[in-house]
Formats: sequence, structure tokens, C-alpha cells
Amino acid sequence: MAETHSLQDLQQPIISSKVFIQRDYSSGTICRFQTKFPSELESRVDKQQFEETIQTLNNLYAEAEKLGGKSYLEGCLACLTAYTIFLCMETHYEKVLKKIAKYVKDQNEKIYAPRGLLITDPIERGLRVIEITIFEDRSIGSAR
Amino acid sequence: MSAVMITRKVRKWEKLPGKNTFCCDGRVMMARQKGVFYLTLFLIVGTCSLFFAFECPYLAVHLSPAIPVFAVLLFLFVMAMLLRTSFSDPGVLPRALPEEATFIEMEIEAANGNVPAGQRPPPRIRNVQINNQIVKLKYCYTCKIFRPPRASHCSICDNCVDRFDHHCPWVGNCVGKRNYRYFYLFTLSLSLLTIYIFTFDIVHVVMRSVDKGFLNTLKETPGTYPLNSDHRVLVCFFTLWSVVGLTGFHTYLISLNQTTNEDIKGSWSGKNRVQNPYSHKNIIKNCCEVLCGPTYPSVLDRRGLMQDDLPVSTTSAALSSSSSSNPVPQTTKTTAPLIPNEHTPDDAKPSIAASAQTSPSRKRSTLPSCRPWLHPRLMLKHPSPRTRPISCMRGRLTFVAPP
Repeated sequence: MAETHSLQDLQQPIISSKVFIQRDYSSGTICRFQTKFPSELESRVDKQQFEETIQTLNNLYAEAEKLGGKSYLEGCLACLTAYTIFLCMETHYEKVLKKIAKYVKDQNEKIYAPRGLLITDPIERGLRVIEITIFEDRSIGSAR
Repeated sequence: MSAVMITRKVRKWEKLPGKNTFCCDGRVMMARQKGVFYLTLFLIVGTCSLFFAFECPYLAVHLSPAIPVFAVLLFLFVMAMLLRTSFSDPGVLPRALPEEATFIEMEIEAANGNVPAGQRPPPRIRNVQINNQIVKLKYCYTCKIFRPPRASHCSICDNCVDRFDHHCPWVGNCVGKRNYRYFYLFTLSLSLLTIYIFTFDIVHVVMRSVDKGFLNTLKETPGTYPLNSDHRVLVCFFTLWSVVGLTGFHTYLISLNQTTNEDIKGSWSGKNRVQNPYSHKNIIKNCCEVLCGPTYPSVLDRRGLMQDDLPVSTTSAALSSSSSSNPVPQTTKTTAPLIPNEHTPDDAKPSIAASAQTSPSRKRSTLPSCRPWLHPRLMLKHPSPRTRPISCMRGRLTFVAPP
């Protein structure tokens, strides 16, 4: 059984490679990522776990971009105030983005960092890709 | 023999590629050419000032004080929408970082297989199916990404913009996903303001003529003749048709959930049974999505802080040793194309890919742009100072000693 260690324990993490999860445009331009499990992560993380992470992220983005009564109300109210209301109020999308950032940090700490992986918040890559950095596995003692 | 690296914190907007200008420490983002935008401001503010100065006192007294009050509110709304359209990020997509660009290139190479020498490599297109419609995603050679659906590269601003509508010189910015609704509200409110001023200019002339006779009205205001309401009526008349026409055109586009770019290219004109996959097939739902949908945040993070490493040489003796010691990866590699393309010799490709992965601290500013012969737009592009290889600095840099 491989030793588990957090990223803080690694003295100088060396990046082995990076995997980029692309966007899934099959339902239009809404923000959705492909749930296909990349082969590079096969030895590192459980497929089920990975798909659950991506699916949760997709659900959070869907919540942010949902067209419904609440978003219409926000839009109309903002229009009536010539959008000055956003100087004091956060938009619904920004609130969900904070939730997403917290979720990504959580997942990194609990699941991915102990396995030598790091998920970058997609907003830092322009919501184009989910970048997963694969670090060299020091516990095995050889580069991947 | 060691180099001193001065690390300073800079805002990310200072290092963004593209041809935008930034003001107020990254809060304001516009295109480089702003002349026509200043003209727009002048025309709106000028016409409204004259209306408030000459017509409003008369109309407030003889008709109702609500008339100038409503005009002021409408004017403020127009200005707010104009400034919001001009100053906000239209939905610029950040360029791919080296690792992502390499990853995409390797995927393309794998998909294309072996291209015989002398033959053109196939065009870089990805097909996706959206609502039972095949949509082709094109590769952007400048940004090194496959453009999302409805995104397009603006050559004036040199950025890929999401849901690109058009580049508007009147507002001095691109119109894209993030600022389209402000642009539409600007044209709509400007049409209303123009109609309002036009109507009350005529009412003013009619009322004065009724009071004193038409010719006497003209005689009465000799000092202000060049600025009187008759001239303004003419200006408003011509402005009206263009602005109202534009508003009407965009109302039509919104009801069909199309962009100006798609309309010009005829993407969903119905030839070969292509239908717009983004339309909800319901006018009200389309309008609601475009105008009242969620407000998308900017993905650029213009005001975020980043490290900027400036190398400073220490001694002149170090200069002679720089040629014999190991080459500094950052400077020597920037003269070669980062991404292997059809011009890269085969033996250089693996080393380039490997070095791209092991230099995580490489700044975007040293990334040379790839200029394949396929992309005519790039033939005319001047290399920006950031993408020019920094070979002039090689002589002054010394070898960075490992810790």
C-alpha cells in the first residue's frame, strides 16, 4: 500500500506532467466539462471518485448559469438601477464561483493532494479546461 | 557567479497580451483606438447640453417640469450604459499557457497521424455536436486554443472573445458575451433619447411659432442661430434613423439568439438545413436569456498580482563565462518556436516538449508567437514587444547558479 502524504510534506514537488480536461459542448455553450477518465490518472486515483468530482463541478456551474425566475429577477432589478447595484452586491454567478473555489480546495486537500495530484480551479484557465498537475510520486522512489 | 533576480509584484493586466489599453490600475479595459468613442461622447453630451440649456427652461415653464427631469434620467442611463459597454471586459478568453498549448498540439499531431512531406497538414478543426447540429470549432493560432462555439478572434484587439458580436468603434471596445446587453440597452436608450429630444425640439419650435410667428421665432434667437432647435432637429433626424435602425437590427438578432458575426457569415441562414442550435425556438425565451440571463464574471483577473522576475547582471567577468557555461533555458529556448509545428525539425520536437514541461516559471511575455503559413491574419501582424525573442539580453545575463 502506498504511503499517503500531503503536499506540505513534499519538500520540492516536481511536476511530472499535466492533464487537461476539456469542455463538453454537447448541450450548448453552458460550462460543462467532459467526465471521461484520462488514462494518465489510472494509477493515481479512483475512476468513480474522479467522475464524482467532475460531475459536482458541472452541477455547480449549471447552478451558476441557470436561467430561471431568480436570475431574471436579478437581471431586471439590476437593469432598473442601471447596473449600479452590482457595486454593492455580488452577482449570483460570483457567489457560486466562491463555492466552487472552496470545493476545489476541499477536494485537493482531502483526495488529490495525498495522491500527488493538484486540480487547478477552471476559472484560472478561463473556464476552458480543468488542469490536473501530476507530481512525481516520491513514496515509490522513482520518477513516473 | 550568480545573477540577482529582482522579483516585483505586478498586476496581471500589465502582462496581458493583446492590444487593449487599461486604465485605473486595470479596472477599465478598452481597445487601443478611442477616437471615435470620444466623438460619440461629444455628440451625446453636446446635443443633450444644448437641449437642457435652450429648450428645457421654456418647456418646463410652458408644458411641464417633468419633461427635463425625464430627459436627465434618460441621459444618465444612456451614459451609464455607454461607459459600462466601453469599459468592461467583453468576454476575452485568456491565451493558453505553454503546457496547455503543448498538450493540444500533441493531441492534434496524434489525430492527424503522419502527414507525408510536402503535403499540407489538414486544417485544425474539431467537430462537436450541439443539439443535434454539427458545429466546427476552429483553432486560433494566436491564442493557441480551440475556440469555444460562438467565440471569435478580434484582430483589432488581438483577443479571442466569447460570443463575439462585433468590434464597435463607437464604443471603443468589442461587443461580446459580457457586455452585449449593455450595448443593446445603450442603443435602445439612445434611440429613445434621440426620439425624445427630436419630438420636444419640434414641439418647442411649434409652440414658439404659435406664440410669435415662425419667422419671428428665428429672428428672436439670432445669437444662438447656429445652435437653435431647427438645426438640432436635422441632426436628430439623421441620427435617429441610424440608431433606431441599429436597435431594430439587434432586437431581431436577440429574438433569434444570433450574433452579428453569425449573421454576417450566414452561419444559420438555413442553407444545407443548418439551424441555429443555440436558439430556444421561442422569442421570449431568447430575449430573456440574452438580456436577463446571469451576469458572467470576467475570467481575466486583471487586478490579480503576479511575480515578475527581472534578471540583473552582477559582474563583467561573468559575461565571458556565459558562453561556455550551460545556456540559460529561458533565453536560448525563446528564439526557437515553442510549439513544434510543420517548420520544426523532427529532432528538436521532443526536447521542446520536455523543456516546456520543466520550466513552469516561464513568463507569458517570453512566448514567441507561432506563425504557420496557413494563417494569413498573422502574416500582417507586427510582433509585439512581448513576443520578440529577448536575444539582446543574452549578453548581459549570467548563469543562474542552482541552490
